[in-house]
Amino acid sequence: MNDALDVAVRLLLVFVAFLVLPLVVGQTEHKVMAHMQGRLGPMYAGGFHGWAQLVADGVKFAQKEDVVPKDADRRVFQLAPAVALLPYLLVLVAIPVAPGSVGAVVDAGIFFALAVMGVGVLGSLMAGWASANKFSLLGGLRTAAQLLAYELPMLLAAASVAMAAGTVSLTGVLDAFEWWWVPWQIVGALVFFVAGLAELQRPPFDMPVADSEIIFGAYTEYTGLRFALFLLAEYAGIVVLCGLTTVLFLGGWHGPWGADGLGWVWTLLKTAALAFVVIWLRVSYPRLREDQLQKLAWTTLVPLALAQIALTGIVKVAIS
Amino acid sequence: MNLAAQAAQTAQSPGFLSPSGVEVAFLLVGLVTLGAAVVSVTTKQLVHAALWLVVALGGLAVEYLLLTAEFIAWVQVLIYVGSVVVLLLFGLMLTKAPIGRSPDADSANRPVALAVATAAAAALVWVVADAFRTTWIELDGPARGTTGVTGEILFRHWVLPFEALSVLLLAALVGAIVLSRKKPEGERD
Repeated sequence: MNDALDVAVRLLLVFVAFLVLPLVVGQTEHKVMAHMQGRLGPMYAGGFHGWAQLVADGVKFAQKEDVVPKDADRRVFQLAPAVALLPYLLVLVAIPVAPGSVGAVVDAGIFFALAVMGVGVLGSLMAGWASANKFSLLGGLRTAAQLLAYELPMLLAAASVAMAAGTVSLTGVLDAFEWWWVPWQIVGALVFFVAGLAELQRPPFDMPVADSEIIFGAYTEYTGLRFALFLLAEYAGIVVLCGLTTVLFLGGWHGPWGADGLGWVWTLLKTAALAFVVIWLRVSYPRLREDQLQKLAWTTLVPLALAQIALTGIVKVAIS
Repeated sequence: MNLAAQAAQTAQSPGFLSPSGVEVAFLLVGLVTLGAAVVSVTTKQLVHAALWLVVALGGLAVEYLLLTAEFIAWVQVLIYVGSVVVLLLFGLMLTKAPIGRSPDADSANRPVALAVATAAAAALVWVVADAFRTTWIELDGPARGTTGVTGEILFRHWVLPFEALSVLLLAALVGAIVLSRKKPEGERD
């Protein structure tokens, strides 16, 4: 019975993290963007610097009418937000936070995380097709094109780490980690992070939801809670991407000191720093055009990832 | 007879009667997979067919998981659900797939397709059942399908087919590039 309780507690903790962390990232985005643009951001909700703004937004979304367009494919339209959100919850289960602290140990963790993250895009495609709206369809098309281009460099960069560690388990990668892996795998880390940003459709890779061209892409027809679920999926995606980059390339719970008891602090700190970079990029760079997006993926990221794999192989053979 | 003794007896002499929980789950998931596959080839709504295909391929991944082949299961999700179906949907979106039924999605090949599918299914079921009739996977022991085991078997015993397949894929890739690089009219080499 103890085992069942242990599993239940772990899953509950993961679920709480899934509910809290995306909101924290969202609120940070409000404030960081505001300060980078010389304004204050939300200041009233909750009192202290508007900390409850996203909670208030959630209440607002819950009160709105849930509209399904008349010509839409009802069931696919209603199912899409769940398909977009749930994969990130599943990936979060497999990300190790500290030695022994992981929702569930997955033997092929890297493959599991990347495979399930790829499924999330199906939600956007379903939404784009089922909305019976030309803007939505364009958004869905751009989403699919972007995923096809950026899935490959992401997988190659992750494969480089798997080669270095000699395992595809996320905890196994962290057990094998040494500090000099950071400079060794830095190119792979950049490729992975950039490709992940593109997969999440975050600026500057937000062509699929470009508001000045196609309104809000695949999510144009959504209102109320279902729309909020799509937004939540985006922030959950940021948490998952930053967590994965931390675990694969930045050593996760390893730190200069306090690796025994304070491992989870290191993981959270690194993830938070990466999330800050994600927000920073949003306010710093203009949106890439569709052809620039494809060019970046196929002519820059894929060759870089392949070069990283070659480097990893050479060093691996040299030191063994 | 208490439960432990029964389990021990089942482990000693596996049979089709008294199935274990995993076997029951395997059968149920198999039925769902089969149902989704049948719906995906019979539905008149094109995009729904692609989405039912997701269910069928995902069901196959769950079957791999139940057989402890974890690595194969995640690769199945990554390649088929994550890439092939996305490519399919991408293609469907380019063809202006309508919402609702496509009246012209019915082809005259239905009876032939049914005959081919039935023959292929019968042959596969017969061959697989005949080849593995007396082989049983021990599900309780150490996992047989972990990444390490899969990798060792693949690169020790099956290296030649693996390499041959990769050459085949490379040829397909080169062929696709050659076909897509059609020169415009009037341009000479």
